[in-house]
Amino acid sequence: MSLSNTDRQLAALLRVGALLAAVIVLLILWFLFKESWALLRQVTWTRFFTDASWHPVAGLYRITPMLSATLYATLGAVLLAAPLGIASALFNQYYAPPLLAAVYRRLIGLLAGIPSVVYGFWGLTTLAPLIGRLHPPGVSLLTGILILTLMILPTVALTVDAALAAVPVASIRSAAALGLSRWGFISGVALPTARSGLASGTLLAAGRAIGETMAVLMVAGNVAGQPHSLFDPVRTLTANIALEMAYATGDHRAALFVSGLVLMGMVLVLVGVAEWFGKERSYV
Amino acid sequence: MSLMINTKKDNPGAAYTLGPLQAGPPCCVPEPLIQVDNLSLHYGAKPALAKVSLDIYKGCITALIGPSGCGKTSFLSVLNRLTDMIPDCRVLGHVYFDNKDLRHPTLDVQALRRDIGMIFQKPVPFPLSIRRNIELPLREHGMNKAADLNARVQQVLQDVGLWEEVKDRLEAPAQALSGGQQQRLCIARALALRPKVLLMDEPCSALDPIASGVVEDLIQRLRGQYTVVIVTHNLAQARRIANYAGFFWVKERAGCLIEFGQAKQIFEAPVHELTAAYVQGKRG
Repeated sequence: MSLSNTDRQLAALLRVGALLAAVIVLLILWFLFKESWALLRQVTWTRFFTDASWHPVAGLYRITPMLSATLYATLGAVLLAAPLGIASALFNQYYAPPLLAAVYRRLIGLLAGIPSVVYGFWGLTTLAPLIGRLHPPGVSLLTGILILTLMILPTVALTVDAALAAVPVASIRSAAALGLSRWGFISGVALPTARSGLASGTLLAAGRAIGETMAVLMVAGNVAGQPHSLFDPVRTLTANIALEMAYATGDHRAALFVSGLVLMGMVLVLVGVAEWFGKERSYV
Repeated sequence: MSLMINTKKDNPGAAYTLGPLQAGPPCCVPEPLIQVDNLSLHYGAKPALAKVSLDIYKGCITALIGPSGCGKTSFLSVLNRLTDMIPDCRVLGHVYFDNKDLRHPTLDVQALRRDIGMIFQKPVPFPLSIRRNIELPLREHGMNKAADLNARVQQVLQDVGLWEEVKDRLEAPAQALSGGQQQRLCIARALALRPKVLLMDEPCSALDPIASGVVEDLIQRLRGQYTVVIVTHNLAQARRIANYAGFFWVKERAGCLIEFGQAKQIFEAPVHELTAAYVQGKRG
């Protein structure tokens, strides 16, 4: 197929755009590696998991507490937000009257637009004292999980809502013509049809939870110790970087870049899983 | 009696059997199963059907013919109450199914749709395996034992002549089947509920000529055991399969029934001049 002049110009423009995006990702990775290298070539990578604690100035680089805080917070938030978000989308699509559904969708969209620092502010002044009454100190893994849940809920709800909206009208009619009840249709047809949307919504939300810094930093307590209960204060990888970057120098600074690399690795794994889910067979 | 002989002549040496076909009630004894009396239908302010009255006879194939937009599909949708799902749709008049008021507000619509199945123009297999497509409505209507389900799945797939083609890949996705196979699967899925009536809305028009022929043969074999109402734009097909035919036309912007009678009479000796012009291909 021969391309016209305009086509050729457009193709060139698009190629430059695509290349730029790819190059930027690679540059960031390269930069992370470069800045971490100062430390990575001195210490074996296992020390980030086997050192006694996180005292980078004293040459102790244990990042496991922060890593587990990030993993627990993300896991907890996804476990809460996924069912809530899916339920909210189901309500919106199949149970709410059209007017209510429209208003509700707007509200969820608004929830997605609230700046994370505002969530953190609210969490610190309202949620943390409430949880503190249950079990001091209040700023804790649980508070972090609850705030993250609120923050990623709209991501799940809106993605699943869009996936359900894409279920063909013909399927709805066919299911009705077979005498399926509303729930029979939802569980038997709609959810299987929207399966990849459900998975990608949840993974997108997990990605956001991993990367969220400010709100968690404000409510989670920031103690760099291994959490043993939901009420323990924790410090996530992102919060760790944000808290220490301002004054870190030398190997300490490089250690923070290593945690950045670990974060990047986690997100890459998530993207990989999302990709795999997208390709997976679309029936059950 | 000639109508029954027709079945065998058009379908010589069929390799598969549709259950106890010949045991069904002979369709040439005109016993009305559905009685439609003065049916009108509006979408909002727009009339779609005006004062249609006709009887659907038990065990027979009734073909509804006429140009597009004359209300044939709307008419079918009234018979299994799919019109309930269309906002702004108003139905007037009386419809009796098995001498019960089909439009009664307290009627169990799910049970009705189990008795009156529907096949659409475009086959709509759910994104499930071949087996699960048939099992889904069965489970919904209370069949849960694996042995019963397996037997029913095999029986209906044999009825539609699909068993030999798919028996080794029942767990494969239904959407991987060809268009003709998908349509036969949809018919099998409807038959699995053992309906009394099958409504077919142009079931062959999205299929290639060979697949269309296979489905047409299948419809022939439904005669006697099932009551079939089929909307078709293929006059030759209507002529081949129908026992009764109704001709719809648009008058004063609403669809109405111009003529209804035995198919032989409608096609060979129509009373109304519009019918004559249409079946001879001069109009429409």
